[in-house]
Amino acid sequence: MLLSHTVYGQTFRFSSVKEVLAKANEYKSGDVLARVAAADNRERMAAKLTLAELTVADIRENPVVPYETDEVTRIIQDGLDDAEYRRLRGLTIGELRDKILSDETSGIDLLKMSRGMTSEVIAAVAKLMGNLDLMIASKKIEVTARCNTVIGGNGVFASRLQPNHPTDDIKGILSSLLDGLSYAVGDAVLGVNPAIDSVESTTAVLNLLQDVKTRYAVPTQICVLSHISTQMKALKAGAPTDLFFQSIAGSEKALGSFAASCDMLGEADDLIRKSRTANRLDNTGNYMYFETGQGSELSSDFHHGADQQTMESRCYGLARRYKPFLVNTVVGFIGPEYLYDGRQVIRAAHEDVFCGKMHGLPMGIDCCYTNHMSADQNDIDNLIVLAAAAGASYVMGVPQSDDIMLMYQSTGYHDIAAVRELLGLKPIEPFSAWAENLGILENGRLGKNAGNAAIFKL
Amino acid sequence: MQTLDGKTTEYLKSTTPARICLGRTGSRYKTADYLRFQTDQYAAANAVTAEVDEKTLKDLGLFEVKTLCRDKTQMLTRPDLGRLLGKAAVKKIKSCCIPSPDAQIYVGDGLSAAAVAANAGDLLPAIRLSLEYEGISVGTPFFVRYCRVNTAKIIGDILKPRVTCVLIGERPGLLTVGSMSAYIAYNAGPSMSEGDYNVLSNISKNGIPPVEAAAVITDIIKAMLKQKTSGYGLIL
Repeated sequence: MLLSHTVYGQTFRFSSVKEVLAKANEYKSGDVLARVAAADNRERMAAKLTLAELTVADIRENPVVPYETDEVTRIIQDGLDDAEYRRLRGLTIGELRDKILSDETSGIDLLKMSRGMTSEVIAAVAKLMGNLDLMIASKKIEVTARCNTVIGGNGVFASRLQPNHPTDDIKGILSSLLDGLSYAVGDAVLGVNPAIDSVESTTAVLNLLQDVKTRYAVPTQICVLSHISTQMKALKAGAPTDLFFQSIAGSEKALGSFAASCDMLGEADDLIRKSRTANRLDNTGNYMYFETGQGSELSSDFHHGADQQTMESRCYGLARRYKPFLVNTVVGFIGPEYLYDGRQVIRAAHEDVFCGKMHGLPMGIDCCYTNHMSADQNDIDNLIVLAAAAGASYVMGVPQSDDIMLMYQSTGYHDIAAVRELLGLKPIEPFSAWAENLGILENGRLGKNAGNAAIFKL
Repeated sequence: MQTLDGKTTEYLKSTTPARICLGRTGSRYKTADYLRFQTDQYAAANAVTAEVDEKTLKDLGLFEVKTLCRDKTQMLTRPDLGRLLGKAAVKKIKSCCIPSPDAQIYVGDGLSAAAVAANAGDLLPAIRLSLEYEGISVGTPFFVRYCRVNTAKIIGDILKPRVTCVLIGERPGLLTVGSMSAYIAYNAGPSMSEGDYNVLSNISKNGIPPVEAAAVITDIIKAMLKQKTSGYGLIL
């Protein structure tokens, strides 16, 4: 294993695979903050050239967090398909990139091959890809997942309806919810971030979501994104839910900083399956919902000296164990100390969608930014189109893209309609048929009742 | 362009400050809504770099210390410096504050100077009064400029209160640029993790009004003192 490369007449030496991975990353403010970034583009290129010649086995055998001390590493390593790994182990990362992009390799091939790749291997190959490489590879991979409806597949562009309210006011949430449904938004999930993380508030919002789903016969899922332990308590006390949500991170300790653990995620998955059985519902589908985002490990100081893109890929390695229905990166939420501007956000978004889909996840994306970043809504207008073109399975629908509770800007109801119009994409079936039936959509385009929340009688 | 049932629209809009029932032109926003959004977004982005002025601190009766950040711009990319205090700041805190109170409350600018001016004046006395009424001792309040939440680890270490509470400006949003959060922890110190905080966010006239927030914060502090823990383990 050669950890050096001569470029521009200068020899650059690296002390570990972890250092090569970090320095091969595209420029991100978070890697600079963590002091793991390349000093300049010359060192960055030396790292990329070094990485291109390392093998799949080199990367697998050198996880960025030790196997002995980290449960996420153990989940990633132990979950590997040995036969697939043996077929890949001698390939260099450069050869792997060519193989992924080749016409000879289909999306189905990629999903099979990737069972033999650790999250670090998938992260590594992303570092040798440009934005368009990442999009082409992402688009190849079709992932579907099933809860009440089936998400994913070609030609489908789904959305989470996110009708948050600063005080969890039920009437306020309902108003944003009906407005969103009137734009054919909400086919992935009706999902509220609560302002107050209590069983009482979680239950009240879940009851509202269930009521709307039933009363207007909306074929979709519901979820309240409180802490997973709060949601489990609410379910045990009789609250309805279709999905269990949790924010996750790429190391055991970083996950712990969210007061969550691998055991807790496993327990939640068991609980929701049992609860479905008790309610005489099919329990063989996908019932977890995870959110991620580059930088959260550094934020909690449990990044173990690894770069944020590699740590993000490890989130997907953790996620794939629980066969989730939804996974999305909240790409621009964390702030300028991790992703400084629109350009870094868009780069990270492409990496995340690619790494997520390579892990076989139904990958969505919250195309977003905060007001202390150097970005604005035009960056997000670009990103949502790029994400849809790359085959991201869903995005967020927030009233005029402004979340009044989380205080950041995402994508709006109108934006989802515009992207579907632009690229000829549709909501999930049977949600699409539901919207056509109500005149919200007509032949896939916004119809006569689109934007008219008054069609839903209160 | 579509027309809505006027009465329903009025009612729905009255229930939330969210930008709903806007109608549409094609699949896009109408001109007035588009421009209002952009106006508000630029205002929020501009608010990030504003500073808390001397007069505000004098009115609040707070003395000031500064983290290791040079200015607001550095604070955005160096959260590590925004969590640290220099020797002079530590000395000032030690000499001006009573040690080991039951509850230590302090104010940080965070990402919104406007939040300090808008909320601290109502929050601080209300929390102090209701805690002292219950016989809980409250430490000397002060202000930290270029402050991140995790200054609580250092403040907890310096003053050794049982409960540490930082009232800090949130990043500005379009709805309000002056929203505040309270991060509260039992036995705050260098080894604590994010999950050890209990958080009340959205404190503003558009979210949880300061007086109401003060009551919630007081309840959280009382619960921590009684249960001797904080974070997700705390039963509220």
